Amino acid sequence: MIRFLFKGLLRDRSRSLFPFLTVFLGVLLVVFLQAWLNGALSSLVQSTAHFRTGHVRVMSRAYAKEMDQAPNDLALLGIDSLIAELKGAFPDFFWTPRIQFGGLLDIPDEHHETRAQAPVSGMGVDLLSPDTPEWKILNMRGAIVRGRVPRGHGEILVGDELAGKLRIQPGDTATLISSTMYGSMSVTNFVVVGTVRFGIVAMDKATMIADVSDIQQALEMDGGAGEILGFFADDVYHDDRASAVTAEFNEHHRAAADRPPTKSDMFSPVMGTLRDQSGLADYMDYIDVFSGVIMGVFLLAMSIVLWNAGLTGSLRRYGEIGLRLAVGEDRSHVYASMLAESLMIGLIGSLAGTAAGLAIDYYLQVHGFDMGALLRDSSMMLPDVIRARITGFTFVVGFLPGVLATFLGTAMSGVGIYQRQTSQLFKELET
Amino acid sequence: MNLSAWWVLALFSAHPSTQTLSGDEILRRVDENMFSDTRIAESRMVIHGARESRTIESRSWQRGTNESYTEYLAPARERGTKMLKLKDLLWEYSPSTDRTIMISGHLLRQSVMGSDLSYEDMMDDPHLPNMYSAAIASEDTFAGHRVWVVDLTAKKEDIAYDHRRIWVDQARFVPLKEELYARSGKLLKTIDIRGVIRVQNHWVANSILYKDVLKDGDGTEFYIDSVTLDAKIPDYLFSKAALKR
Repeated sequence: MIRFLFKGLLRDRSRSLFPFLTVFLGVLLVVFLQAWLNGALSSLVQSTAHFRTGHVRVMSRAYAKEMDQAPNDLALLGIDSLIAELKGAFPDFFWTPRIQFGGLLDIPDEHHETRAQAPVSGMGVDLLSPDTPEWKILNMRGAIVRGRVPRGHGEILVGDELAGKLRIQPGDTATLISSTMYGSMSVTNFVVVGTVRFGIVAMDKATMIADVSDIQQALEMDGGAGEILGFFADDVYHDDRASAVTAEFNEHHRAAADRPPTKSDMFSPVMGTLRDQSGLADYMDYIDVFSGVIMGVFLLAMSIVLWNAGLTGSLRRYGEIGLRLAVGEDRSHVYASMLAESLMIGLIGSLAGTAAGLAIDYYLQVHGFDMGALLRDSSMMLPDVIRARITGFTFVVGFLPGVLATFLGTAMSGVGIYQRQTSQLFKELET
Repeated sequence: MNLSAWWVLALFSAHPSTQTLSGDEILRRVDENMFSDTRIAESRMVIHGARESRTIESRSWQRGTNESYTEYLAPARERGTKMLKLKDLLWEYSPSTDRTIMISGHLLRQSVMGSDLSYEDMMDDPHLPNMYSAAIASEDTFAGHRVWVVDLTAKKEDIAYDHRRIWVDQARFVPLKEELYARSGKLLKTIDIRGVIRVQNHWVANSILYKDVLKDGDGTEFYIDSVTLDAKIPDYLFSKAALKR
């Protein structure tokens, strides 16, 4: 029976081609968008984790309230003991201190006067400890464009774009003008040993990276750091585990409830997750909702198109259906055979659409799409080359709308079969 | 440090008149009485930050209102840092880097040594009659002194504080309190003069509390430990070359 119906579809292209193309294109778009959005979101989450928040982040309570401004006057002090505590309590994480800071990078001429100057958004990271995870987390060696990585104190990396703007080369001296944690002006000389490009527009145009101990000294933060970041060993964010660790840590460090808050409570540590602290929670939820909306819209649009196609087909096949009913074929059987045809078209269209969508996604997963020009003024931690990300879900995501739309379209258009009056059929056929 | 704001030097020269004065006249009398030709001072700033208090010591030389030179003496990290103001230009020399940095643009909004004062405060024209028109709001008693409460309104647009309210001692023509407001009407800073001493023919505020109300902390106390007025200051001090000496 299925073979019979399939042959009918192949021989009568007007019955199959348009529905097939509709399903094919719809599924292709769903598959493509699912992997593309997934890739963009994954890139955003990973970049945000690596460069800004970690998978979890420990700060002082006062710092956490204004964390967008990286207020180093409210930084954690005595971080060595806190990191030791974190390593002991949560050994499944890498723990590393970071200092985010802003300032001006001033390039002197031969008379020590300002030759060029630009604002920088800097990071003090652990570059010099033997067991530091930062090289891997920040992919530092892969990001080097010119020069080398820092090997000693007083050496820094700057964004390649920034270096071009300031016309500096590896080996040049640069003076950081910033604020100490007490608010005084800080003026510190560094040697630029390399330039980096992370492929994130927001960073490459203004970044400066130095060892955390050098920044502690420059900003008068002896034994302090704005943040301690925790990363899962597999470098994948696990929300459940991150939330559990955060709850446990915060419970341990919560202020005593039986007394009024003191000044030292302001500087007690508090932990937050990537999801909560990066402002990504809403974004992640939004993407989930958006993906659902896209699928829903395609499902609805395809159903309407296919319903319409089914109605047109029913009109065209008016005589055929009438004859089949007139010779005694059961209405339900006619209806079921049309549904079976639609399922076949849906399955074949979904298979073809999924294959085509996966092919495009694979290309974009390997080569990516350079959106640098569009992201030029963006402050989001989004790489300029966005890649699609194919997951197991990508393989099946198109089948639900693809099959269901054709099925629903045919189901709606085929209802008319039940309204045909058997007694009138031969009279209709005679005309 | 160079505290060039006009109320730091309170000059009491003329005997105050009890006759009715206009706001502008009071401001002119305050301004007249404030300035000496030169001033050499040693001072301390006690900065009460959100976390701890720090004391910054400095020695400053000032000539007129356009030239000043300051050398920081303590703490050790700041020792040798120097600051030079010539008219509307400001430089800071950092001995650890041997760099002289011109402070301009957004750097002017930065705090001076973490205090409640900004570099911008130092760059304001200290002659208030040049920048503000004044009107008496009321008369009152403040810290045991009869005062005029005077409202100052900016004459120009590019002024850090659009509006000020000052409490002027009627006997000494010294401001005892000041509130500084933004154009929006938001209070930005308060200044309380807690002590005034007589130096030569001048009244000098030697204990002042500054409070940037937008900042955490309990403000910055400023003490003048010694001050000499109208002494000769060599010209070389007011040059960039002096910063590296």
